[in-house]
Amino acid sequence: MLLQLNHLTTGYGKLAITPDINATLVPGELTSLLGPNGVGKSTLLRTLSTFLPPLQGEIVLQGTSLKNLSASQLSRLIGVVLTERPDVQNMNVRDMVGMGRSPYTGFWGRLTAEDEQYVTEAVKLTGITALEKRMFSTLSDGERQKVMIAKVLAQQTPVILLDEPTAFLDFPCKVETLRLLRRLAHEMQKIIFLSTHDVELALQFSDRLWIMHAGEVVIGKPAELSENGELSRFIQTDGIRFDPSLMSYRITEK
Amino acid sequence: MRQSVIVVLLIVAMLLLAVANLLWGSLSIPVADVVRILLGGQVAEHPQWSYIILESRVPQMLTALLCGMSLSACGLMLQTLFRNPLAGPSILGIDAGANLGVALVMLLLSGTITLGSLSVSGYLLVIVAAMLGALCILLLLLLLSAFLRNQVMLLITGVVISYVTGSIISLLNYSATEEGVHNYIVWGMGNFSGVSMDRLPLFCILIVLGLLGAMLLMKPLDAILLGERYATNLGINVHRIRNCLLVCTGLLTATTTAFCGPISFLGLAVPHISRMTLRTSRHRVMLPGSMLMGACLTLLCNLLCTMPTSGSIIPVNVITPLIGAPVILYVIMKRR
Repeated sequence: MLLQLNHLTTGYGKLAITPDINATLVPGELTSLLGPNGVGKSTLLRTLSTFLPPLQGEIVLQGTSLKNLSASQLSRLIGVVLTERPDVQNMNVRDMVGMGRSPYTGFWGRLTAEDEQYVTEAVKLTGITALEKRMFSTLSDGERQKVMIAKVLAQQTPVILLDEPTAFLDFPCKVETLRLLRRLAHEMQKIIFLSTHDVELALQFSDRLWIMHAGEVVIGKPAELSENGELSRFIQTDGIRFDPSLMSYRITEK
Repeated sequence: MRQSVIVVLLIVAMLLLAVANLLWGSLSIPVADVVRILLGGQVAEHPQWSYIILESRVPQMLTALLCGMSLSACGLMLQTLFRNPLAGPSILGIDAGANLGVALVMLLLSGTITLGSLSVSGYLLVIVAAMLGALCILLLLLLLSAFLRNQVMLLITGVVISYVTGSIISLLNYSATEEGVHNYIVWGMGNFSGVSMDRLPLFCILIVLGLLGAMLLMKPLDAILLGERYATNLGINVHRIRNCLLVCTGLLTATTTAFCGPISFLGLAVPHISRMTLRTSRHRVMLPGSMLMGACLTLLCNLLCTMPTSGSIIPVNVITPLIGAPVILYVIMKRR
């Protein structure tokens, strides 16, 4: 299963934000989308999630263009984790994860034994078993993020898209979240695609990077992009320099 | 487990309150006689008691019960749709539309058509006017909802509609006769006794239709709790569900307002009371739970209105804010 972007132009209405992207996302890889604020990362993710229609070109999953898939088919293929946190009172963690089963449940939304099994599995994989009975609204940001990831796992989609999953998290939580996503991509052979501003963490955890500049997207493995100078080009501000030997950015002027 | 216990308790409470509504009234009738009349018997020395029980107390009890169910279901659905704890049936301006319809009939036409508050044709006219008013606003909202894809905009539109109808009603009041104003004010106080036995079937059918519609929306409502985007990602067509919700809540609000007047606060407060006791957001539990809770509260209100000690009947809207206001304050304090 591949997710292909063919001459994809994203944007709102008539305003094109990222023109003509040709790229492929492959299973078993964690891919991170990097780029400065306002360059169109969220717009691209929203287009891939089918919240926005492409302005031009198409997105093809497993040979089928997304625009030819029904809402219910899409809900079994692409799962999302958004930046916005649902503000739900009185819903416990287990029920929240169970919401991920909605595309599969019957008319009344009751979970079958099989659904419950998927929920239990998702809860275990994300390490939130201890939180199961807690109310979602009482959790910390990091815990909520894990619950939303568990929910998307319960949705059993081959593609998972995450919009800035590490924002608002403290450093250990960021690391833990990325480690979890990387493990899920490798072990479950999922396509996992996320946008982030945590460049150095992305360099360490991602199998592949998409660096978005105004007008183009550069794609490659972290080591390749380091070698060909793309990572140095990515942050070209005075006083910040990329150090290829350490795979990290250094601040040279204070 | 806990939830099933509470639901069972609510059912028992509702049945007890329903029975109490039949036994109590502004006229005190011995329990044994009430039971005899309900079983089809007669009380020889008081033939009018049969009429009071069968033509007044039974329909009033059923009206209060159904009214409570539909107001609470509306409140719950709107709070979920707008993800706003202070949304209620009145928020969309649908009941403002009903108010306007009634005001037009009572205030503007009171000079030309005799509208004694008890005359049958007058009463039917009021119901039709309320329904038409509510329906107009509902159609307007559906039309606008094609352009207003955002819930907050729709909410604000509802508030604006309420303001505009309010100003028209003020104008009508200003130029109306004293009797018209009085009738309108009395209608505005709410009343469960307005549905007589022969109008009850229509009322029941409309309410049951609305409530069944609400039941069919339980699964998408759960998804909408997570927000529009998450719901879409779970395969829900949010726009279509929103229109279904508007039609259901519109039908229920229009019907209750038309028949019983604008009953304040209950639609807003009951879902919160249910959430506090049932401790869940899942609509599979919350919708039936709120409906039962709402039925209990309206039956209780109706009982308090017709307490035998007072000798006369207090308007419903005197009692409902006493229950609703503290709940709303609690919600605001907790959210702060």
